[in-house]
Amino acid sequence: MALSGMRGLSVFISEIRNCQNKEQERLRVDKELGHIRNRFKNEKGLTVYDKKKYVWKMLYIFMLGYDVDFGHMEAVSLISAPKYPEKQVGYLVTSCLLNENHDFLRLAINTVRNDIIGRNETFQCLALTLVGNIGGRDFAESLAPDVQKLLISSSCRPLVKKKAALCLLRLFRKNPDVVNVDGWSDRMSQLLDERNLGVLTSSMSLFVSLVSNNHEAYWSCLPKCVKVLERLARNQDVPQEYTYYGIPSPWLQVKTMRALQYFPTIEDPNTRRALFEVLQRVLMGTDVVKNVNKNNASHAVLFEALALVMHLDAEKEMMSQCVALLGKFIAVREPNIRYLGLENMTRMLMVTDVQEIIKRHQAQIITSLKDPDISIRRRALDLLYAMCDISNAKDIVEELLQYLGTAEFTMREELALKAAILAEKFAPDLSWYVDVILQLIDKAGDFVSDDIWFRVVQFVTNNEDLQPYAALKAREYLDKPAIHETMMKVSAYLLGEYSHLLARRPGCSPKEIFSIIHEKLPTVSTPTISILLSTYAKILMHSQPPDPELQNQIWAIFSKYETSIDAEIQQRAVEYFALSKKGAALMDILAEMPKFPERESSLIKKAEDTEADTAELSAIKSRAQQQASNALVVTDQHPANEPPQVTQLGMVKIPSINNLENNHVDQEVTQTNGIMGEVEPQNGDILGDLLAIEGPPGVSGTETLTEEGALALAPVGELENAVKPVIDIAERFRDLCVKDSGVLYEDPYVQIGIKAEWRGHQGRLVLFLGNKTTSSLDSVHAVILPPSHLKLELSSVPEIIPPRAQVQCPLEVVNLCPSRDVAVLDFSYKFGTTLVDNKLRLPAVLNKFFHPVTLSAEEFFPQWRSLAAPPLKLQEVVRGVRVMSLGEMTNLLNSLKLIVSPGLDPNANNLVASTTFYSESTQSMLCLVRIETDPADRTQLRLTVASGDSTLTFELKEFIKEQLVSIPAASRPPVLQPTIQPISSSDPGALLAGLL
Amino acid sequence: MGIRFILMVNKQGQTRLAQYYEYLTLEERRTLEGEIVRKCLARNEQQCSFVEHRTYKIVYRRYASLFFLVGVDNDENELAILEFIHLLVETMDRHFGNVCELDIMFHLEKAHFMLEEMVMNGCIVETSKNNILAPIQLMDKAS
Repeated sequence: MALSGMRGLSVFISEIRNCQNKEQERLRVDKELGHIRNRFKNEKGLTVYDKKKYVWKMLYIFMLGYDVDFGHMEAVSLISAPKYPEKQVGYLVTSCLLNENHDFLRLAINTVRNDIIGRNETFQCLALTLVGNIGGRDFAESLAPDVQKLLISSSCRPLVKKKAALCLLRLFRKNPDVVNVDGWSDRMSQLLDERNLGVLTSSMSLFVSLVSNNHEAYWSCLPKCVKVLERLARNQDVPQEYTYYGIPSPWLQVKTMRALQYFPTIEDPNTRRALFEVLQRVLMGTDVVKNVNKNNASHAVLFEALALVMHLDAEKEMMSQCVALLGKFIAVREPNIRYLGLENMTRMLMVTDVQEIIKRHQAQIITSLKDPDISIRRRALDLLYAMCDISNAKDIVEELLQYLGTAEFTMREELALKAAILAEKFAPDLSWYVDVILQLIDKAGDFVSDDIWFRVVQFVTNNEDLQPYAALKAREYLDKPAIHETMMKVSAYLLGEYSHLLARRPGCSPKEIFSIIHEKLPTVSTPTISILLSTYAKILMHSQPPDPELQNQIWAIFSKYETSIDAEIQQRAVEYFALSKKGAALMDILAEMPKFPERESSLIKKAEDTEADTAELSAIKSRAQQQASNALVVTDQHPANEPPQVTQLGMVKIPSINNLENNHVDQEVTQTNGIMGEVEPQNGDILGDLLAIEGPPGVSGTETLTEEGALALAPVGELENAVKPVIDIAERFRDLCVKDSGVLYEDPYVQIGIKAEWRGHQGRLVLFLGNKTTSSLDSVHAVILPPSHLKLELSSVPEIIPPRAQVQCPLEVVNLCPSRDVAVLDFSYKFGTTLVDNKLRLPAVLNKFFHPVTLSAEEFFPQWRSLAAPPLKLQEVVRGVRVMSLGEMTNLLNSLKLIVSPGLDPNANNLVASTTFYSESTQSMLCLVRIETDPADRTQLRLTVASGDSTLTFELKEFIKEQLVSIPAASRPPVLQPTIQPISSSDPGALLAGLL
Repeated sequence: MGIRFILMVNKQGQTRLAQYYEYLTLEERRTLEGEIVRKCLARNEQQCSFVEHRTYKIVYRRYASLFFLVGVDNDENELAILEFIHLLVETMDRHFGNVCELDIMFHLEKAHFMLEEMVMNGCIVETSKNNILAPIQLMDKAS
């Protein structure tokens, strides 16, 4: 036995176990680590047995949560041990301690490969398992052919084959190119004929991954999957060891049904009939049995069958069976089944029109909202949210409000948001909506985000009938002894605007309103004080004729805050004070706010962002979401070409409601100062917060500054040259930016082809200069004008190219630092007496020094977070983007080797991409990119770029922008920002590129 | 992608085995394990076996003093995973004979070997107990 032989290890484990507290444990662990470190330092006298023992100890310590930052080499070295027990330990511990990016792992790649292609089956298994668990891109490139060979070899035994299948799955995920779709679909189809259920289980996992990527290529496998299901369902040829409590491998059944869910439909009538027969059997034949395990296993299959039926959404009768089953499940006592019933019912609502039937279960679902189990409550909440419509909104929202009082903190924000959205979406009348939101703020103010109260203000402003009601409600809440700060804000705002509508009611005179609000002032925070000051100004304006006593009181407050330490408050106090002395003019300045333009609710957007997750947010996720929700308030910088009179920006902070009044104030101020003759209504911009997201509307054309550039794209020489190119040089250049070989230039006499290879920060280009004519070309000159960031060495070019000949000129490229400038080839020759001279851009562009990387969420987010601020992380709203779908954008980025990681961003409208950039100054540098698109307006997006080098970040951002903005600009590299990136005048290449 | 991690934790919350199928830093593991233990161990028998946590769904089962916790994606079949846990326990039972916490503690390597035969890269490789245990038996025989 491997361990019982290792006494030292057992002793160590029991000592750890006997530690009385964490501190003792830590001391013991430290001592052990010190010991192991010493032993490893002095390799002499260290037997393989010792190594094995220490490596196990390290794994044990690592499992306890202590950092083990040494000894990795020893673990890896055990892999090459000749004997099985050591080798096994080496492989296992390596795959636990290291990750795919670890350098030591690369060292082991040869040993691993030898084991894979060797004759020893047990070694093959170990090696395949390691690669399957932690193999990275390097492994994918060097091992994929070997692994594929094993998988399709007829002599390879099942125990190896099943591991090869999952190993290939890993390699495929690391680099999808390792599986050649054309040839592989037939092989996959053969693999699914496999009789051995172990191999079939692994192959099915591989298959799921392949079809999820591209189902089109695998139609031929579909009937095979159905065959597998038939075999299992009829229990044909299923060995005893693969039945679990009498059920033929439930895991394989589930996997197979999952694979089928990646095909949109099933066209072949025979296959379809066979599948429906199996599904029907599962739906009808699954009974509740006493044995828990059997019951779970059969229901696992049943739920998967339900999901498949829903996905196919074909047979009306089967669908109603499913709904009936789910209705039964959500009422059972067994919590697992109830949980899954609720979950699947929510899914069902999304795929098909069963709302009416599900509504019949509403009472039952509401009961689950009060279940003692939070998992079940969450499912019930999601389901209620999904099934809500105008007919049941009142009931459901009231239930949610009631639940809000007792819900745990982790759920309250989600609950509040969902209640607010439902109330808004399905309000039978608007006063009910106001009631709901105010109740929401009252009950769970801490969990009501600003968006929610902004939204209610918008509604009230836009609906005159609602204004007295809302003001009255706000007034009532103020009578409560303790009210939430958010309630204070919304009440103060509403009463400032509309309290004059209540003036005849008892307790609602301007004076009374003022004093009840002012009573609360000492308890509120600074931002709220600003709102209160605005409210006072409004009250003052509405109390006509002026009440001197009230006026004096309010003036006293204004003058008190004139010296406030908070700039916002101070400014308001000063301005309101000055304005309120203007008498009648005050009426115009502080008049009621105009209506808001109708826009999509920011809440719904927010909910869409949150939708992706079901539960409490992880640090990673919530961070990603914060970023997403920042996107909601894109009150971004105004484009540079907008007239400078946007003085509000200098005076108020945009993202808060406080600015509503200031808007007017500012306009007044600017007007009186005579700066501008005419004030355009800026509401659209300044109210970015209230208006729900989106940047200032209708601004565009900022980035179209490339228009004239587009015209100038043709080579400079063209105008003088009598000889015209026969191809579109700009387009060829664009192609070559994403391809590595092709034609760079061609005219009736000459063709210049190019072929490039890139490795890290170096590249090798070969220019193929071809003479197309039957006479020779004279005075051939090729000179490279390099930009400052590239080192270029062109081998000598012969002066004469013989007829019909082609000469090759290698060109070495070294990338010194990140830059978007391009190198230019000045190419001239004489044909007869005509001199032809062309300046051609060389496709040694920024993206050529990218090396694609795919990052998982766990790799991406820590990096993203650590690059927190400019200049390492830059953000910009890009307008004038050429319209493309997300898919097209993904393809574009991928073609530039900015590899998009689908699903990393919780918001489906966003893309996240990564790449490694190589240059001499930066070495290899990870670059991260995030693009947030706006589905409502495809011409604008927000771009965020991060890397460990500020120049790189800037250059990359500009580069991506160029690719995204209108087409001609895409190929047009630098000089867009000459002010930011001055081109040194001593740099001929850059200058020329600029001219181009 | 299926199974993201498998944890075995005793009722005091001490980790007895941890196998991750995605890379997390040590710090992330520690936090994650702490959060999960706090959440799952506080639950009672009448509650369901699924807990939503961060982007994971935890499918868990308790055997005497030991909790088996499996973190999966949102689109895994929960019951299939729940029974997979039981299959793991039955397999360990067959090898150790009535497996207990101490068996796993002191034979960590065997527990790992079994797991390695059953799960690879987050996918189920093998569900036949004979096949799962074959390599271990081979090794026992050899030594």
